[in-house]
Amino acid sequence: MAMLEVNNINVYYGAIHAIKDISFCVEQGEIVTLIGANGAGKTTTLQTISGLLRSQTGSIVFEGQNISSTAAHKLVSHGLAQVPEGRRIFLQMTVEENLEMGAFTQPNAGIPQDLEMVFEQFPRLKERRRQVAGTLSGGEQQMLAMGRALMSHPKLLMLDEPSMGLAPILVEQIFEIIRNLNQNGSTILLVEQNAQMALSIAHRGYVLETGKVVTTGSGAELIQSPEIKRAYLGG
Amino acid sequence: MTFLSYLINGLSLGSIYAIIALGYTMVYGIAKMLNFAHGDVIMVGAYICFYAVSAYQLPPPVGILLAMVVCTVLGMVIERLAYKPLRQATSLAVLITAIGVSYFLQNSALLLWSSTTKIFPNFFVIPRGAETSTGFSLFDGQLNISYVTVVTVLACLVIMLALTWFTGNTRMGKAMRACSEDKGAAQLMGINVDTTISVTFAIGSALAAIAGVLLCSAYPTLSPTTGSMPGIKAFTAAVFGGIGSIPGALLGGLLLGVIEILAGAYIGTQLQNAVVFAVLIVVLLVKPAGLLGRQIREKV
Ligand SMILES: Nc1ncnc2c1ncn2[C@@H]1O[C@H](COP(=O)(O)OP(=O)(O)O)[C@@H](O)[C@H]1O
Ligand SMILES: [Mg+2]
Repeated sequence: MAMLEVNNINVYYGAIHAIKDISFCVEQGEIVTLIGANGAGKTTTLQTISGLLRSQTGSIVFEGQNISSTAAHKLVSHGLAQVPEGRRIFLQMTVEENLEMGAFTQPNAGIPQDLEMVFEQFPRLKERRRQVAGTLSGGEQQMLAMGRALMSHPKLLMLDEPSMGLAPILVEQIFEIIRNLNQNGSTILLVEQNAQMALSIAHRGYVLETGKVVTTGSGAELIQSPEIKRAYLGG
Repeated sequence: MTFLSYLINGLSLGSIYAIIALGYTMVYGIAKMLNFAHGDVIMVGAYICFYAVSAYQLPPPVGILLAMVVCTVLGMVIERLAYKPLRQATSLAVLITAIGVSYFLQNSALLLWSSTTKIFPNFFVIPRGAETSTGFSLFDGQLNISYVTVVTVLACLVIMLALTWFTGNTRMGKAMRACSEDKGAAQLMGINVDTTISVTFAIGSALAAIAGVLLCSAYPTLSPTTGSMPGIKAFTAAVFGGIGSIPGALLGGLLLGVIEILAGAYIGTQLQNAVVFAVLIVVLLVKPAGLLGRQIREKV
């Protein structure tokens, strides 16, 4: 049984049918990527898994448990964490407070140790721990959003366009970190418009078009597919 | 010396506004709604304390505590029954509901306690022989300060410090700040937004009870509409200082109280409120987010 199984979900924004019967799965230890153009429904899918949006049909099963009607805030203790699109860090709180918020469901005793773990991964954050998050650069904010998610010790980490708006060198760095996290045992569901980068680190990928899964395959297969090359990889 | 005495009165009235404004500002910051019924919770608190002390002969501290408990529960019930079902509704629908709740509370008070004005007892006295003293004099009797004034200003300071500490250092306080910035992201952290909003209403309403007792101790007439005007003034103070900001509520409240008293003394009581609101308009023209408010930044 897969760690995460998304079965036939349909999500609407009022009359807009944003997700049309999508199904996919993520196995323990994998990096799975959802790629697709702007508006394909990637963010909506992640928000639905996180419980911030609801599917009208189907089920979302995480580690054998149907979580499709579980309150969003309860999913964190099930082991789900999301780095949302646009980072959505708490701009008026300090770096350290943001990380503490990530550990909201964790016992207090472990927090100093987890902070050290995140600071080791992202030394920039340590230098700026007392700084208000709104003053960080885009790359630092992305690191903070990732560190914040890691504070809850997620079994499945979902990332929504972590490379958005970052300089190429930072994009490389972020993807390197994602790969490292995965090698250290994290299962990852990665949403990207940067299909090239995402497919190069993913075990498997799903291609979304206007709310539907149109193609699936291993990262290597998809990156070679002429169709994908034409539509998403710029040639 | 009279100026000093006006200033002290202004600070005292301003402290009451500040305590009420905190309720408006915290609820606005987290639930993004104007709880127009907040002023009427003050009135309920004052009635509870009045009956506890005058009719049931309970000691004043018990009366105040009882008022706080009742208002806390009332605030949470109002939120749960009237506002929570409207979480996804337009802000206009919520505003109209809040005005409805305000009328509901006033009319309930009218039914329960009648429209007859009650004379609120002054608890803040010190027995001195056969008489009781309500205050003390400085500068050979040129400056009289009542104990209520002192208690009010001190209460405001203590509440301010306590809330600042609470939002800066406790888990719940930080969760509140997180919710006020981004409820979706807060949920992704595992924060229960419903609980957080409920706690915010509870704190705001407990403060309203304290404000009600202090208000009626200083201006001892109590009727079902007692909370309306101070409620509107405190709302003005919250906007003045920057709605959503805790230090803004303090600054806005104090300034408003001082301006109101000074305007009443030097310009005339008829123009008192006009001056208050004129100052508000000027401030909002220059600083649309209020004195200490943050300009809403576009999300990138
Ligand atoms: N809050 C919203 N209200 C209405 N429509 C929305 C909203 N958010 C997204 N949509 C629509 O749903 C579709 C999927 O959007 P989204 O999931 O954000 O796509 P992606 O993340 O792949 O860019 C798009 O057509 C978008 O316009
Ligand atoms: Mg998106």
